[in-house]
Order: sequence, then C-alpha cells, then structure tokens
Amino acid sequence: MKAAPLTDDLRTLYQEVILDHGKQPRNFRVVEHHTCKAQGNNPMCGDRITVTARVSARGVLDDLAFEGKGCAICIASASMMSEALTGQSTATAHKLFEAVHDLCTGKIDTDQAKAAVTPDLSDNIDKLASLSGVRQFPVRVKCATLPWHALLSCLDGKTQTTTEK
Amino acid sequence: MNKMTKSDKGAAYDVMKVRADFPILAREVHGKPLVYLDSAASAQKPQQVIDAISRAYGHEYANVHRGAYYLSETATAAYEAAREKVRRFINAPSLKEVVFTKGATEAINLVAATWGRTFVKAGDEIVITSVEHHSNIVPWQLLRDATGCVLRIAAVARDGSIDIEEFAKVIGPKTKLVAVAHVSNVLGTVLPVREIAALSHEAGAKLLLDGCQGIVHEYVDVQDLDCDFYAFSGHKLYGPTGIGVLWAREALLEAMPPYQGGGDMIDSVTFAKTTWAPPPAKFEAGTPPIVQAIGLGVAIDYLNTLDRAAVAAHESALLRYAMTSLAQVPGIRLIGTAPGKAAVQSFVMEGAHPHDLATVLDRSGVCVRAGHHCAQPLMEILGVTATTRASFALYNTMAEVDALIAALRKAQEVLL
Repeated sequence: MKAAPLTDDLRTLYQEVILDHGKQPRNFRVVEHHTCKAQGNNPMCGDRITVTARVSARGVLDDLAFEGKGCAICIASASMMSEALTGQSTATAHKLFEAVHDLCTGKIDTDQAKAAVTPDLSDNIDKLASLSGVRQFPVRVKCATLPWHALLSCLDGKTQTTTEK
Repeated sequence: MNKMTKSDKGAAYDVMKVRADFPILAREVHGKPLVYLDSAASAQKPQQVIDAISRAYGHEYANVHRGAYYLSETATAAYEAAREKVRRFINAPSLKEVVFTKGATEAINLVAATWGRTFVKAGDEIVITSVEHHSNIVPWQLLRDATGCVLRIAAVARDGSIDIEEFAKVIGPKTKLVAVAHVSNVLGTVLPVREIAALSHEAGAKLLLDGCQGIVHEYVDVQDLDCDFYAFSGHKLYGPTGIGVLWAREALLEAMPPYQGGGDMIDSVTFAKTTWAPPPAKFEAGTPPIVQAIGLGVAIDYLNTLDRAAVAAHESALLRYAMTSLAQVPGIRLIGTAPGKAAVQSFVMEGAHPHDLATVLDRSGVCVRAGHHCAQPLMEILGVTATTRASFALYNTMAEVDALIAALRKAQEVLL
C-alpha cells in the first residue's frame, strides 16, 4: 500500500506521548518566586513560550514551569522538559539541552543520548526521544527546541530568545 | 482527487485548460497530487512566463538603457514594453507613473523613505488598519520613529470587515497619509477603497493602497480607485519574484526625492551637483530587474488572454464552496467572513495548532499557509497566535477543495 509510509511518518511525529503532553501539558504555569524568566519566540509562526524557574543557591532547579502558545510539538517538548529537569542541576540542564538538540537533528540516537546524561534521566530520554520524529520534518525541529532555547536563556539570565539566532 | 466535481467541467471558464498552462500543478508531493492552496503567498507560474524568462536570458539579454548595440536596444525595448503592459493593466494615465521595484515591500518602503521623510512632520498622522501586512506597518513605524508622526489604526470588525465609519473615526485634519490594504491577505476582506479615497482626500491626505492581493482578485483601475499610490508584487500575479510595481501620481513622483542613488537615475553628475532623471528612472537606480519585469509583462499578457470576469466568478465559486465545506468539518471556525470577500479563507481547528495541521496536510499533498501571515497585530485582535489559510487562484478546482477537506479530516484522526 503506497500511502502507508506517509502515515507512519506522521504517526512517528504525532505519537501518543506527544499528543498527551501537547494536550495536557505538565507544569503549565508560572513558578512562584521564580529567580529567572525568559521568553522564546519563533518569529516564523508566532509561537511564544515563557519559561520560569526557581534556582537554588546550590544551582538546583527547585521548580521549572512554562506558559505560552505553541504547536503540539513545542508544548509537548516544554512539558517533558519541565518534568525531566525539575530537581536537577543547571549543569544537567545544559547537558540535556545538548542531548535533546542532537536527538531532534538526528545527530545521535536514543542510546547515545542516554550515555550523554546521568542514569537517572534514562526514562526521561525515552520520552524525549519521541521528539526525534521531527528529524523527518526539518522545518519542525525549531518547534521542538524552542522551549529548550528559552530555558537556556532563562538560566543564563537573558530574558529573550528566538529560533532565528 | 482525480475525480472531477461537476462544477469543474462544462462551465464557461475551462479551469482544466488553464491548469495545463501551469506545469508545476502536474507534479506530486509526498506521492500525492499537488493541491496548491497558497497562492496568496506566491502564485505558480504559467509556462508562458517560464518560457519568456528563458527566452530573455537565452536570446535577448543585455543591460538596459546603456548600450548602443542591438541586444541592449532589444532588452531595453522589452523592459519598457513591460512597463507599458503594467500601465495598461492598471489604467495609469502615464508611463512615467509606473516605477519598477523589487517587490511590493520595496514599493511601500520607497514611499515611506522619500515622500514620507519629505512631507510628513512631527504630529502628522498616518492611518493604517488592523488587518495590515507587516510590510504596510513597519515602514510607517520607521517613519514615525524618524519624524515623530503618529500612527492611527482603523479597527476591523469581528467578521473581518472594516466599516467606512471606522475610517471616519481616525481620519482627520492631521492625517497626511492613509495606507491600507486593498484586500486583506489573511481575511480576504475587500476594503471600501473608493469611500476611503474620498474621506482621505477630503481631509487633505494621500491614499496608498497595498495592492498585493487586490490586483490578483479585483480589476484595478488606479484612476477609478482614485488612490495616490498603488503597490503590488509580480510573484503573486503569476509573474516572477524580484519584481514589484509602485504606481504613483506623476506630480507626487516629481516632488519626491530619489530613493537610492546610482546609475540610471541621474540626469547629470558632477562632484558639485547631481540632477535627477525624471520619473520613473529617478526611482530605478542601478541595473533593474530586467528579466523579472519582462516576465511580469508576460504574466499580464497571460491574464489578458483569460476572461477576467469568468476568472473572478470561478474564484468566488471556489471560495463559496470552501466556506460551506469547511463549516461542515467539526471543530473548524472560519476567520474572515466579510461579505464580498476575495478567495482567501483563514480558519482554526479546535485542538489542533495550525502548524501541526499544515504538516499533516502537506503529507496529503495539500499546501496551505499556517502562521501569523505577517500580520501579528491582527492575530492578537483575533485572539489567536496563528491561523491556517487556504487561498484560491484561477487554477484551483472544486476537487481540490474536496482534497483539502479530506486532508483536514485525516488531520483530525492524527492530531485529535
């Protein structure tokens, strides 16, 4: 059947875990007493994600949340990001950013992503690997990485970022 | 999809014959027949235009307005013939009033940078509307920042129409310029431009029309519209990219300083003083988009071979069918339902972001625009960050509307 692979592509992109997080995002709120805040813009589509975090003196993300408007991929990515990194160090956040970025662009596979982060994030990598469906849809990679860019800006003390950097 | 709907054949307007002129429409995307519903962003090109470009580069190419040799004369004649085709197409009184630019954006920026910087002072007002494309907002913001003038906004109603009363509220004695879309690129609304012209002129203001969508869907007679500037791009009119037109009244062009300095726009140059060539050359510094202009001329020739009233009727029928069909898909809300609108339809689907929708539609071969359509202020007013937009052109069919609807239902399966 000729049409089947097409649907598979779409099914890989819009798998259950993405649709679930896209429709019912976790940590969709503003962190109370946040220590940093940054907005990520995708000027191409107008999507906007605001990330807020409360970072402890020891450099731990005690709370991480986001708000905004975006497509299913973008919202799911932000939701899974907030789940994965709450309670983690900012150093881990940077490492996971790299891993997710490389997963989405097809540079590394799930096992390599797991090797790049601490073992306790293994389950999160399994979930986040669902974002790698975007590699078949190059224009959508930015949708997946936008929240992560906003997070890095937030942790670096910047207030704005865009996907067009 | 290949099954033709009744209304695609037998009508006075033979859409299948027209389609045969557009080679790209025969291709497949992701293994599906291409259903191109994004002509408001850029239209596809007929073979006649493609051939003309190839012929110009292959046989008749040289720089214009310079060489005293045969090829340059031929290229110059072809370039100037294109200007005459444009003049006739918009019924401009004089060839001097037709300035070639690299696009509509440049045409509007040209007016802001020359006429605006010369004649607009601090406290003067420029009226735009809330449906404008960024290209008819940002140039005026730049002018505002440079001069201290004030931007005033005529508000759009919920259905996407803009009542003339809204213009009456914001046009006044301080108004220097009214700069509005002829037809909205997001909503398809046809603005009441003749009434706007009357109000503008009563107030002593000039009227600029952004005609990017207008010239595609309406007859444009700049004298009848009674505007002062009319800007449009070639690529939305089935012509090449890199070419646009600014039409302006001759007296205005005479009074405006040049836009850019360079070759082709001078009368004489000494280090002490340079005098300008008369319009339109004054505004066409440097080597112009020669072949693009020739291509635009051939696109106009092509349109002139069609019965444009029949084209308009065909596009209206497509729009009506699309609006009815879309309204029957659960969860779809139409954005822009003003009476008499052009064949552009925005919509949102509950629970599905336009980008996700466009990705799924693409896999069915259906090309639509998803996003803010370079009209972010309008999106904010509409309370959405983005919409999905299907725009219909002279080569689209009822069967393609059916394909859009089928793809939308499939998207609901995937996304909801």
